[in-house]
Parts: sequence; structure tokens; C-alpha cells
Amino acid sequence: MHAPETSGDFKTYIDAQEKKSLLRFLTCGSVDDGKSTLIGRLLYDTKLLFDDQLAALERDSKKHGTSGDDIDFALLVDGLEAEREQGITIDVAYRYFATEKRKFIVADTPGHEQYTRNMATGASNSELAVILVDARKGVLGQTRRHAYIASLLGIRHVVLAVNKIDLVDFSQDVFDEIVGDFLDFAAPLEFASVVPIPISARFGDNVIANSANMPWFTGAPLLQVLETIDVDSALADGPFRLPVQWVNRPDLDFRGFSGTVAGGSVTVGDVVAVAGSGRTSTVTRIVTMDGDQDTAAAGAAVTLTLADEVDVSRGDVLCVASARPEVSDQFAAHLIWMGEEQLYPGRQYIMKLATSSVTAQVTALKHKVDVNNLEHLAAKTLHLNEIGYVNISLAAPVAFDRYRDNRDTGGFILIDRFTNATVGAGMIDFGLRRATNVHWQALDVDKHARARLKLQKPVVLWFTGLSGSGKSTIANLVERSLHAQGRHTYILDGDNVRHGLNRDLGFTDEDRVENIRRVGEAAKLFVDAGLIVLVSFISPFRSERRMARELLGAGEFVEVFVDTPIDVCMMRDPKGLYQKAKAGAIKNFTGIDSPYEPPEAAEIVLKTAEGDPTTHAETILRYLRDNGYCG
Amino acid sequence: MREVAASFANPVMLYSIGKDSSVMLHIAMKAFYPSRPPFPLLHVDTTWKFREMISFRDETAKRLGLELLVHVNEEGIARGINPFDSGSALHTQIMKTESLKQALDKYGFDAAFGGARRDEEKSRAKERIFSFRSATHAWDPKNQRPELWRVYNTRINKGESIRVFPLSNWTELDIWQYILAENIPIVPLYFAKRRPVVAREGTLIMVDDDRMKLLPGEVVQNRQVRFRTLGCYPLTGAIESEADTLEAIVAEMLAARTSERQGRLIDSDERASMEKKKREGYF
Repeated sequence: MHAPETSGDFKTYIDAQEKKSLLRFLTCGSVDDGKSTLIGRLLYDTKLLFDDQLAALERDSKKHGTSGDDIDFALLVDGLEAEREQGITIDVAYRYFATEKRKFIVADTPGHEQYTRNMATGASNSELAVILVDARKGVLGQTRRHAYIASLLGIRHVVLAVNKIDLVDFSQDVFDEIVGDFLDFAAPLEFASVVPIPISARFGDNVIANSANMPWFTGAPLLQVLETIDVDSALADGPFRLPVQWVNRPDLDFRGFSGTVAGGSVTVGDVVAVAGSGRTSTVTRIVTMDGDQDTAAAGAAVTLTLADEVDVSRGDVLCVASARPEVSDQFAAHLIWMGEEQLYPGRQYIMKLATSSVTAQVTALKHKVDVNNLEHLAAKTLHLNEIGYVNISLAAPVAFDRYRDNRDTGGFILIDRFTNATVGAGMIDFGLRRATNVHWQALDVDKHARARLKLQKPVVLWFTGLSGSGKSTIANLVERSLHAQGRHTYILDGDNVRHGLNRDLGFTDEDRVENIRRVGEAAKLFVDAGLIVLVSFISPFRSERRMARELLGAGEFVEVFVDTPIDVCMMRDPKGLYQKAKAGAIKNFTGIDSPYEPPEAAEIVLKTAEGDPTTHAETILRYLRDNGYCG
Repeated sequence: MREVAASFANPVMLYSIGKDSSVMLHIAMKAFYPSRPPFPLLHVDTTWKFREMISFRDETAKRLGLELLVHVNEEGIARGINPFDSGSALHTQIMKTESLKQALDKYGFDAAFGGARRDEEKSRAKERIFSFRSATHAWDPKNQRPELWRVYNTRINKGESIRVFPLSNWTELDIWQYILAENIPIVPLYFAKRRPVVAREGTLIMVDDDRMKLLPGEVVQNRQVRFRTLGCYPLTGAIESEADTLEAIVAEMLAARTSERQGRLIDSDERASMEKKKREGYF
């Protein structure tokens, strides 16, 4: 890059700069394949390094470098202290450079196995992947994993950079063998193009210019490929989508819908639909600060106004009326698990898709994918960095497209409800049914009518606590008193339910989640029948207790924490279970080798180490009286 | 930006008065048009900013009709912290990092926009666009949320907050081109002019007021200079330049052989200094 001399040149230069296209690509490969070195080399060779950065690099190379007296380009891009010391890239780093032809944003992604989620992150915003292979090692498990993730995230173009070719004497045979291996594996991944290039990132062979060391290689060098490859997606030609981010109401006279066009384009006068409600209207204005526009294309941030007063809020998708997205509360998707804690099918997570947020659960885990050979394996859960194919069910229908048709309206994240961590990334494959076709059957006799007849307010008393804490004993006493008063009650007891409804479930964490989900649903039906329901389950996880709470209406869920120290429970050990668990005869026993998460805000807390069961039952009965459950 | 306004209870825009802040503010005006941005501006004032920055700040808020909050770490003032005697590291720590935390706590902001760019410095290259901070404002580079597509996880617990960097993917050149294309007002200090400076430790420091004491042998000279970045005047080096128009600045930048942060004395204090400051809560 050089500065223009005269003002005429300058104008031309600036115009050219603004017209340059942008290519976003990521580099991936195994540890020590030389990703950071390659990026450093690209920055260096395209003269994007400033003198002070170069001086710092030379200084650091002497101190930490692994390249002897030569400049260690990896030091240029490895930013965080910890990884600098370990010599591993542990996160996604973004780099920027430009040539005369194009601007580039590079996502430098890690090769280390446990950080695969970052590679998916980098891939989600990239159009091309440079996959590095160490010429001495050939195609590895990591190489396959990265190629698969790139394909899964919709990357259509791959450059296979066979690096460190200098260390195998620039051998064409080695190169051909690696390329063959890769193409065999990648065939089902349906890349639109795979460009193999033999390179040496350290010495610059075939990076920006063809190398004299490899006369047998007749293809273009890396930079030329990056500058010229055509990655235009069909997005701009696709159907119009505008996920509404924000309703713009500066005053009573103006009501606009703001967002970034996620597909296709829109023109004033177009008929658009609100995907969820199906209502249609006509676009009257496309408002920007620089004046109204006639049309807006994918990528433009705009505010639309409509001719009619249709109900639109954040999370809705405005779309072209003739090609609408699917609207459903169930779909099938690929899911990459990114949480430290494993996936629990049945647990509720928050799903964020475009601008909508809704409660979601994985209802079926069809299979997980072995990334080494793309085989499907049966699975009950997904751990960090595992990829599965799942059905997802939502608390409310949302509008979406298939991921392969639109990344912005087909890609979603799952968020843990307690830690708020992003634990999963999903790509929608297809909707499972049209939610609009399944209606809730409205019935004339409702919960309130049934409850009135019984002179009580239906409620779930949810007893949670360790095994042996006294849940069942106290629940039993409470029910006896209520029954004597003529109240209509039912006890759902953990052990009893496992004899019937839940006899197919074991005691792994996944099964415990499903156990509680079913009991929550059953309790909900009993509440609907007007009963006072006593649920006596260990229910060790906060998430599932919260899920049960949210199934029910306000005031219909009373959490009773039977708070008994574990040593007291062990001493009581009414069923001899602690003894067996300690001896290793029972696995996944709560408090021994499976966790218990105590409630943070239970309505009633009973300290059973003090007082007798009758006193504690009294406490609960008083609560029911004071809060109007027993009229 | 609209994502933040729609998802958080109490957002704020950190306004540092520099060129990046000017661009960020301009984008905010566009994002919410015809409404005004639904959040105030916050300036963490070290009391050592150039006088021209302060007057520009006040004019800008007035011109755009936005609420401007100014926070000064009074405790630091009382302790007599200043860049000359306390050293740049301590001054930055107390008057910027600590002061920013004070201000965020005082107003209870749960989301704060900043104008940082990933191309500025190595540790910033790994920063998220939505960057999660604990209740103590700490940044843990190993425990950041993955950011896929344009879907941002905006959920936080009480007391936690998010820093948002809308200009993450911009380069210095992008910033100048945008200022040029959109005709965005910037502080006049970016344009070359004859200004009183002294040469100190290899950089040119502008004598902005009489708090600057001359060291033995230093002479105030009037030189044609401008600034590539703006901060506290005693810590910000000027460069000699004839560039007094936007076009000339861009042309000069294209020919430049040093990165913009070179003039910033805080970066070179120690290796990986920026990363350390960020963990402590610096922007």
C-alpha cells in the first residue's frame, strides 16, 4: 500500500477503497500447524506492519521466539499472556488487512481440542476457511473436525494449506497424498470449492508469490486465491427478511420498525407480512438519517413504516408476503454444545434466534456425530465440543428459515438460565410441524370452576431435599391433616412414580431432568383438576424446579425446602441407601456422587434437624391458611 | 446498538471525545433516527484532558440534544494523583480505570458502549463485541461468551454488566474514511496547527495549561503539529504534520510507518500492559 501523490490520485484512491469488497475468512488447523505464523506472514508481506510493531516483534522474537534468530510471526498475533506462554492460541482473534483488491477480516481460531467452540464462532461469520495441515503429519482428527464444523456452519469455500512443506523437501508426493486424503473425507461435506496449496508460512513459499522451490505447483499462491475467489452468496437474491430489533416511536405520529435486513431487499410500496401473525401491510417509507430511501438490501440497517396499524414488536420478522419463513414451535437442528456443563434434554434453556428470545428445550437427541468419520452415534447427552442432531421445542412459535437458506434467520444460540452462559449454537434444518395447525382445545369447565366446588385454591407443594431429609414423612402428615379437613389432595412421591410413569428412567443427570419434567407436567394436570398436590422428590437441580414452577400459574407453586444436613440424613438412612452409596453399590446418589443445588428462595424452609415432623407439618398448614389456599 | 437499547435497562455510551467516539456517536444518531439515542453520554474526566476536547464535548452534547454525564474521581484528586508526579500507570489506574468503575456503579449502568477497535492492540483483537464483566467489572479473557453470527447473548445477572464495542471490526483507516464520507465533526486537535510543545522522552508534549512544569533544559517551541489519538495531554504525543484537512490526514495515514498507539505513553509501560489493565476494568 502506498500513499497517492496528488489530490486527483487521492480522490481515485479513496473511491477505490470504498468500492473494495470484503472477504471474511478463518484459519484453522491443529496445534502448531502454523496458523498464527501464516497470519503474521500475510500481515508482514502485505506491509501492514508499522515500524513500532515490527521493532516490538523483533524484540519479542529474541525473548520468546521459537524460530531462532528469525522473526517469529506467531508472536505478532498471539495476544493473551497465558497462551503466549503456553504457545497455544486459546481464543478467536480478529485481524484486519487489505490489498489493492480486497479488504480482509481474518478470524484466527484455535487448534486445541477443548476450544472447538471458538472455531465455530469464527466460522459463523466467515465465507471461506483456510484449513492448515502440517505436511509432516497429514490429515488429523482435528483437520476433519474443522472441515466438518466449517461445512456445518455454512462455509462453502475451503483453501487447504499444506504448511511446512519445506520440512518434507517440498515433496509433491507428500502434498498429493494429503490432498487425496482430505478430498476423500470432505466429499460428503459439499464444499463449492476446495483449493489445495503447498506453503511454508515461515519462509513465505506460495503465500503471496509462487515459490521457486516448487516448480511442480502450477496453481495460484494463497493471497491471489483470497483476492479473487468469488464467494457471493445467494442471500441478496433471497426472499426479504427483517427481524425487528426495536420499535422506533419518537412521538405519537411516528411508528417505525428498525432492524438490519437479513435477506433480500425491500422497496417502498412492497407488500410485507408479519411472519408470526400473518398480517400484511404495505411499506410506506424506508427512513434513514440521510433521508428516505426507495429500497434497502441485505445488510442495510433501516427503519420501515407501514401503511396499516399492524401489531409488530421486537422479535417479529417482517418478510415478503409471497415467500414467508416457517413459523413453528418445533424444529430439527444441528447443535454444537459449548457449555462446560453437559446438555440435559428436557431442561429449559433460553433460545435466541435473530432478535427473538424464547424458552426452549431439547425434546429428542437423535444422534451425535463422530467428527472423525461423520458416523452417527446414539447419545443421551452432549458434552462440550460435541455435535448432535436434535429436536427442539419452544414455549412459543417463532419465525425462522432453514440455516442453509439464511444464516441470520436460521442460526440460534442456547443460553443457560442460571449462569447466562452461551451453551449451544444451533443450525435449523427444518420445522417439525406447523404450530398454527395445533390448537389448544378450550374447555368450558375450567380450573377455577373445579376449585370453587372444592372450596380450595389448587396448588403444588413441592418438597425438595436430600434422600432421608424427611420429605415424604412431612408430606404424609400434611396430607392426612388436609384430608381430615375435607380437602382434595394427591401425593406424587418420587419412589412411587418411579414404579409406573417413570419406570423407564434411571438416575443419571439426564434422566433426573426428564423425571422432574414429567412430574411437573403431571402436577400441572392435577392442579388443573383443582387439587392440592404434594410433590415429594429430591429434585436436585434448580433449573428443573424452576421449570416446574413456570409450568404453573402465579401462586400455584410453593417450594418447600426440607433442609437437613447430609450427616443427619446419613445417620437416619431409613432405607439403608447412603450405606450402599458409600460402598459404591449405588451410582449417582444425590449428596454422594451427584450434586444437590439448594433452593435460593423457597417459600417455606424447614430445618428438620430441629423440631419434630408434626411441627413442620403445622408450619406448612399455617402457610396454606394464611395465604388463602384453604378457604 | 438497538440490540442494547432493547435488551438492557440502563445503558450508557462512554464518550471519550476522540475520533472513534465521534464515529460511534454518529452511528448511534443514525441507528435511532428519527428518535434520539435512548441513553446518556458518560465522560470519565481525568481533569488532564486537552481544553479543546472539553469545549468540543460540551458543544457536541448541546448540538445533539443529549444528556452528558461527567465523572471525576474526587478521591484521586484529593490524593493529588496527577500524570507528572504519580507516573502514567498510577494516574491511568486511579483516574481512568477506578473512576470508570465508580461512575458505572454510581449510576447503575448495566451496559456501556465503548469505541475500542480490535485492530488497536493485540489483546483487543480477542475482545468480544458484547464483552461480559463480573459485578466487580473484571474481564476474564478465558471465560468469554462465544459470539456467533450476529446473535448476541445479552443476559446478565444483577450487578453484572456488558461492555459493547460496536466499532470492533473497524480499522483506523475505516474510521477516517467514514469521517470523511459522512463529514463528522471531530476535535480540532486532529488537524495540524502551530501549537506550543516540548520534546520529552522522544515525543512532543503539548503545553496545554500552566500545570505542566518544565524540566531543566526543556524549551517550549511552537511547532506545526497534530494528534493521531487523544487522551490526557501530558501523556499524548503530538506528531509534526502539515495535514490540516481530512483528506491530508488520510493521505498522511496511508504513508505512515508507525501505529497510532505509539504516541500513547500508557501502552509501553510494560509488556502486555493493556491486557492487564483490561482485567482490572479499563475499557
